[in-house]
Amino acid sequence: MGKRIESIGLDAYYGTFKAIEGVTLTIEPKSVTALIGPSGCGKSTFLRSINRMHEVVPGARVEGKLLLDDEDVYGPGVDATTVRRTIGMVFQRPNPFPTMSIYDNVVAGLKLNGVKKKADLDAACERSLKGANLWNEVKDRLGKPGAGLSGGQQQRLCIARAIAVEPQVLLMDEPCSALDPISTLAIEDLMTELKDRFTIVIVTHNMQQAARVSDRTGFFTIEATGQPGRLVEIDDTQKIFTNPGEKRTEDYITGRFG
Amino acid sequence: MSAGSVRDPATPAAGTPSPAGTGAAGTSPASSTSGLRTPSLPPWGVPAVVAGIAVLTGLLVLATPLGGRTATVVVFALLLVVVQTALSLAVEGRRRATDRLVTTSVVLAFLLALLPLFSVLEYTATRGIHRFDVDFFYRSQRSIGARDPGGGAYHALLGTVEQVGIATLIAVPFGLLVAVYVVEYGRGRLAATIRFFVDVMTGIPSIVAGLFVLSFWILGLRMGFSGFAAALALTVLMLPIIVRSAEEMLRLVPSSLREASLALGVPRWKTILRIVLPTALPGIVTGVMLAVSRVMGETAPVLLTAFGAASIVRDPFRGGPQSSLPLFIYQQAGDAQQTAVDRAWTAALTLILLVMLLNLLARLVTRRSTIGR
Amino acid sequence: MSLGALPPVPTDPADVRPGSGDGGPRPASLPLRTSGSGTAEPRGDRVFRGLSVSAGVALLLLIVAIALFLVVRAVPALRADTAGFLSSTGWDPNALPPRFGIVALAFGTVLSSLLALAMALPVALGVALFISHYAPRRIAGPLGYVVDLLAAVPSVVFGLWGISYLNVPLAGVSRFLAEHLGWFPLFARAADDVYTRSLFLASVVLAIMILPIIASLSREVFLQVPATNQEAALALGATRWEMVRTAVLPFARPGVIGATMLGLGRALGETIAVAIVLSPAFVVSLSVLQPNSGNTIAANIALAFAEASATGRGALIASGLVLFVITLLVNVVARAVVSRRREFTGGAL
Repeated sequence: MGKRIESIGLDAYYGTFKAIEGVTLTIEPKSVTALIGPSGCGKSTFLRSINRMHEVVPGARVEGKLLLDDEDVYGPGVDATTVRRTIGMVFQRPNPFPTMSIYDNVVAGLKLNGVKKKADLDAACERSLKGANLWNEVKDRLGKPGAGLSGGQQQRLCIARAIAVEPQVLLMDEPCSALDPISTLAIEDLMTELKDRFTIVIVTHNMQQAARVSDRTGFFTIEATGQPGRLVEIDDTQKIFTNPGEKRTEDYITGRFG
Repeated sequence: MSAGSVRDPATPAAGTPSPAGTGAAGTSPASSTSGLRTPSLPPWGVPAVVAGIAVLTGLLVLATPLGGRTATVVVFALLLVVVQTALSLAVEGRRRATDRLVTTSVVLAFLLALLPLFSVLEYTATRGIHRFDVDFFYRSQRSIGARDPGGGAYHALLGTVEQVGIATLIAVPFGLLVAVYVVEYGRGRLAATIRFFVDVMTGIPSIVAGLFVLSFWILGLRMGFSGFAAALALTVLMLPIIVRSAEEMLRLVPSSLREASLALGVPRWKTILRIVLPTALPGIVTGVMLAVSRVMGETAPVLLTAFGAASIVRDPFRGGPQSSLPLFIYQQAGDAQQTAVDRAWTAALTLILLVMLLNLLARLVTRRSTIGR
Repeated sequence: MSLGALPPVPTDPADVRPGSGDGGPRPASLPLRTSGSGTAEPRGDRVFRGLSVSAGVALLLLIVAIALFLVVRAVPALRADTAGFLSSTGWDPNALPPRFGIVALAFGTVLSSLLALAMALPVALGVALFISHYAPRRIAGPLGYVVDLLAAVPSVVFGLWGISYLNVPLAGVSRFLAEHLGWFPLFARAADDVYTRSLFLASVVLAIMILPIIASLSREVFLQVPATNQEAALALGATRWEMVRTAVLPFARPGVIGATMLGLGRALGETIAVAIVLSPAFVVSLSVLQPNSGNTIAANIALAFAEASATGRGALIASGLVLFVITLLVNVVARAVVSRRREFTGGAL
């Protein structure tokens, strides 16, 4: 599992406002790629363009190519729901379905896809919760509401829910920004484990986090408000944080702006 | 946490139409290796199906003794649902077919709900326009029989204005004070009890409010039927509406505003009267207008308390039985004579216009307010 | 960015911080107590608080008074009743001796309201979903307003429209139903083939009247569903309907139940529209397609009031008391359901 993502000249709009322009990059399978940059630079927009969640916003659209192993996600005849099943997503704030139990949360995606057999669902639930390092904490209370867990546990529950449908890619939109340091550490450990199975793309505001978890890092920025965000450079994380190719990246990393 | 609706998740991306599923047959050349591509109906599929069904319905109506507007519409809707679902099921599979079925049903439900609204408005306008004349608004029904042409609803309009006016004068201060108590002072059991009973009161049928005033004021205190008795019944109906809307509006006033005022040493009651209430005013006005428009159309409680009269009664307190616009409609409509029914329709048109005007004004007030919803 | 689909969170328009920009020298010392009074609360405050508390208490007393006066007026008539009020169906309180019972009225009231609910609920939910999740956002607001307008039409106008416009076409529908589905108890054929002014007509009018109530309350609830939950469903690859089913409907269920009960309450108490369209009879019958197939408490009060004797009025008030109790029960249940939901979401978010 794990597929290569290739973005070629991708523009994303909200109505007439161009949020990102000309993003061209390649994301290697079975790696963690971090996207960093100042607020409003379009890194989240780019992330949401990968699994076509961007177009959920009224008036939002995408131009350009986004290839998942050579197949254009925005190509003719491609159904957004299929794309989203293949590319899972974890959001900024933990968002378990409040009316569902832990168990039902994990298997929600499978049920949508028509998996009905109890044994299959049970197995997938255990596998996913173990994959999300949550199994030991919740195995005795799978029937309890997911909303009763702590923030960090909820976020891992959301990760379990996302990986239960066996996606190829896992997108994470600032997954730790609402969590305390200990929960953050747990999620970061988890990412390192998950990259053996998935292509992981994470948007983060926290540069230490990018440095800790990612193999490659992409830096986005905007020239001024109202201007579209652009990708400045993407390279090995090691190189970005020690010897970036662009002055602007260095300024951002060293805290001179943003 | 913000809430809202997320729509349109799976619209086809902008760009070229899909080559897959060109037509009804499921022979799409799609399904590449990775399976991102799924067979789907082309973007022009839905309009094409709608047009096709329209033609088919037309043919059916012409060829069979179906006839009638309603039957045509029903046949069209049913065919549309069945054909589209079947096509989608064949080409796109169960999940997309269900999705399309629900979308169509939801749109049809909305259109279905609009039918009675437009029918009522259209019918009232065409029937009511006959007697929408000067006489109608300047004369009463005094010594005018059901069969007689002419006559008017001046006495009823006057009654409505007086009754609703008095009810508003009582209910607004009363309701505002209750809302102020609940929001600004209320703590513990009493406030919770009051809030609960305000909610319960919203559900009291209007006829029960009429029966209450009948039992208490007319039969109990032997005050007789009057416009004021009707106003009392309408007050009972207005109160919970005003309390609830004012309560909501007062809660929207940011507490930092209160704190700012209190911190300057302004006493609490002045803070409420000078700062909180004015800030919430547009919302409160909207609530009052909606309450007025609501009770203005009430017939049953007025029937039990003002009873109705044919002539102009100016004094709502000692004038005895009085009419009102809805009561006038009810009583004129009960007559089989065409002239009476015509008067009923004109009164209905007048009433609808008044109520809608109030509603519209209420919305405009809200829209202009800063903290309105 | 991720919450771009949401309406903007209203920002505090007046986030005033006290003491920040009000220049000017302060007096060196302020008396901490207002002179004379000796209490912490100034007199104006006491008066105003007293006023608002008494208004609140007065409102409670008003509700007690409503129940009390209905009982007081109903008791003499109930004493005079020579038939069982809770067990007999006829209604002849003006006769000597008076004979009346609530059974037929209560049955007709509940039956017509349930029928109305059965017709209105699916359409109302469709309308609410259409406006909250399906209609293009730009026109959703105005469309919602149009549906709300339906709620603004006075009931007497609905009655007038029902009797002069809807009556005849609906009789055609009724005849069709009776001829093809006559085996179903509700659709039993009329002996004389007349289908006008039936309880069914009353139910349809009631359905139209409660539809906007249920629709607008449900719409509010649907709009309160957190966008993050809906996005979570979409990100799992749900279609729009699957998103509604997984994230919206379960979250909104208690609110929708509450809205339904409120609609039911309205239908139970609706008077004048039913009084106008219905050809009443004091019978307990399931065959609703024919005239004289039933009556409702509220409509009967309006119809019988003008010619009621003293006992007759008392009897009507007694029937009103029964209606009051029924609607009270429905409303209390509705409120309980809705407030349970409030606690629930409060814990979840």
